[in-house]
Amino acid sequence: MSTSNSPATSEESGRGSSNGAPLLELRGVTKRFGPVQALSRVNFEIPPGQVTALAGDNGAGKSVTIKTIAGLWAPDEGEIVWEGKPVHFHGPRDAEAAGITTIYQDLALCDNLDIVQNMFLGHERLKNRLLDEGSMELTAKDTLKELHVVTIRSIRQPVASLSGGQRQSVAVAKAVMSKAKLVIMDEPTAALGVSQTRMVLDLIKRLASGGVAVILVSHNLNDVFEVADRVVILQLGRMVAQGPVSEFDPASVVDYMTTGRSSRGPSAQAGQSERGA
Amino acid sequence: MPDEFSSPGVPSEMEEPPLSTELAEDETAAPEDELAIKAAAPEVLADSLGEYLRVWGRRIRSGESGALPIVAGLIVIIIFFQVERSKFLSALNLVNLFQQASIYILLGAAQLFALILSEIDLSVGYVLALGAFVVAELIANPVNFPWWLGILGMIVVTASWGYIQGSLITRLHIPSFVVTLAGLLFLEGVVLELAQIDKSAVGGVISVQPTSVIYKLVNANISPGASWVVLVVVLAIFAAAAIRSAATRRAQGLSAPPLSITLLTIAIAAIGGIVLVYVCTINRGLLVPLKGVPYVIPFVGLVLFIYTVMLGRTRLGRYMYAIGANPEAARRAGIHVQRVRRIAFVFSAMTAGLAGLVYASQLGSVSTDTDGGTYTLYAVAAAVIGGASLFGGRGKPLHALLGGLVIGVVYNGLALMGISAAGQFIATAIVLLVAAAVDSLVRRRGETTV
Repeated sequence: MSTSNSPATSEESGRGSSNGAPLLELRGVTKRFGPVQALSRVNFEIPPGQVTALAGDNGAGKSVTIKTIAGLWAPDEGEIVWEGKPVHFHGPRDAEAAGITTIYQDLALCDNLDIVQNMFLGHERLKNRLLDEGSMELTAKDTLKELHVVTIRSIRQPVASLSGGQRQSVAVAKAVMSKAKLVIMDEPTAALGVSQTRMVLDLIKRLASGGVAVILVSHNLNDVFEVADRVVILQLGRMVAQGPVSEFDPASVVDYMTTGRSSRGPSAQAGQSERGA
Repeated sequence: MPDEFSSPGVPSEMEEPPLSTELAEDETAAPEDELAIKAAAPEVLADSLGEYLRVWGRRIRSGESGALPIVAGLIVIIIFFQVERSKFLSALNLVNLFQQASIYILLGAAQLFALILSEIDLSVGYVLALGAFVVAELIANPVNFPWWLGILGMIVVTASWGYIQGSLITRLHIPSFVVTLAGLLFLEGVVLELAQIDKSAVGGVISVQPTSVIYKLVNANISPGASWVVLVVVLAIFAAAAIRSAATRRAQGLSAPPLSITLLTIAIAAIGGIVLVYVCTINRGLLVPLKGVPYVIPFVGLVLFIYTVMLGRTRLGRYMYAIGANPEAARRAGIHVQRVRRIAFVFSAMTAGLAGLVYASQLGSVSTDTDGGTYTLYAVAAAVIGGASLFGGRGKPLHALLGGLVIGVVYNGLALMGISAAGQFIATAIVLLVAAAVDSLVRRRGETTV
């Protein structure tokens, strides 16, 4: 099922979804930095409980897109529709309060703190004005169990002693614990070896099967085809194709990423008209 | 708040560097981890004493040696001095040593607040001098404040000084090294000026009356009977808290040290306390009987206890460690990073002020000769020898205690051996380097075995 991405039809793009109402929708989102047009009239939608891969070459606007969704800055034009209502986030706190959590590549973990301490950083529970370690540890343990993170020896070990995949797990568990409805993951497997990548991809699948929407930013087409339900492709700040992953193959994705069009993919027509516009 | 992450107006993709590579290719850890897969089980850690010791051994091997090397080093140094001078472990000398070391311990604790946040406070030596001057002047003519108001005034002055420094660092974004270096120079001038202005300062010296409570802090003793009572009360509270905390954790289904370990900890604390009080209650007077625990020992203990609770059990403390390791992560977690930084510099200066109080009490006078520069360096040395990291995020009040004791022992032991100030400086330098080297070696081993 493909959705037209032509700006003229952006208002109707919601009806194209096969999963009822989308959780998040970008309508004609445009972002300029001085003379640089970072995003031009980007439309796409994120359904709940699915993994949407956001693909694109360097400079395609992936990071600008996710930072716009995360509330780091407001779009110059267009709107962000969250759970059916247009929203204006005045900072990452607003986005987080709404249920959007972003896991950046650096994971934002403190190496010297243990897993529980990292998971509750900034949201510590108190009892008699002192930290309530017991209650936090129990919740952290339950969350990790839900995510089937079983390779961690003790949740009281410092994060510095964890492997790359385990660190990702902690970051994801932190997002789950904050009751996020949408988790944006920026290149989560970029620095991982084979088995660690496997572990993170499984984690992403489990996250989505729990009803959480996931935006996966990735260069790695293997990961995209392995784990994504839907694909959104950006090229030079424009959305050139989106649709269920079954309608793409690696060759067509590469075509879209590099040239913005493909003779093999679902949105060939749309891609063409976008270029013409 | 777009400025939280990166300044807008930069259209680049901001591709961040990949995760540190030594963690990336880590598939070797898998087999051992799989042995430990017991997701539902309450931790893999220890239910019996033997298992607990094994886990402990593994932690030490993997670089989390904690305070062990420094305790071992301290014992070696003490044995060395005892062999050289049999007077070293006499009651008189030991009490003397505790009195001297209390200044270094408090200075180390002051520096600790800066080091945890990955900053440095070079001003502590002259904040000590400032604190000593302020308290001495407030209780002397013509102000004549009662002792507690003198201490309160000193705390207000030094805390304000810390706030000013912290504000310059966080609001104007001047590095703490520069701000506190300026603070060191500035306060040296202020102290000289204070001695000039004050009419009661004779030749730049203000004396503390031996009848005042401030003088008695270091120079008077709790009577032996009261010393034992205080010890018993403290130990009882400690034991009850330790047993109760373990029981609560076990009731919640969380891993807790086995009872034998809890009892062992209590026993070690009891032995330490009993030895300390016993040594202090031996008559150490040469002409008249002199015995009892100097007030300064429980005073330092109380300060360190409060700091331990604050750093280990409150949000403020947790945030200090978080900022020291990863300020960006702390910011994203919603922590007011700059406010916590300012508070840390307030605590640093205030603690240096308390060291100044002990200094004034110990000498019975305050003069312009105070070598604040050396005290600053000893403050850094005490914290680092004890195990705090200059790279931030690591260090506890316990480390300041151990580091301060090492410096006190070296200073005292070399003085007993009649070695000059030159020799003392050199010896302290060597101890500092050895401590840092041991720490670095142990830790590097820990990182590669991850």
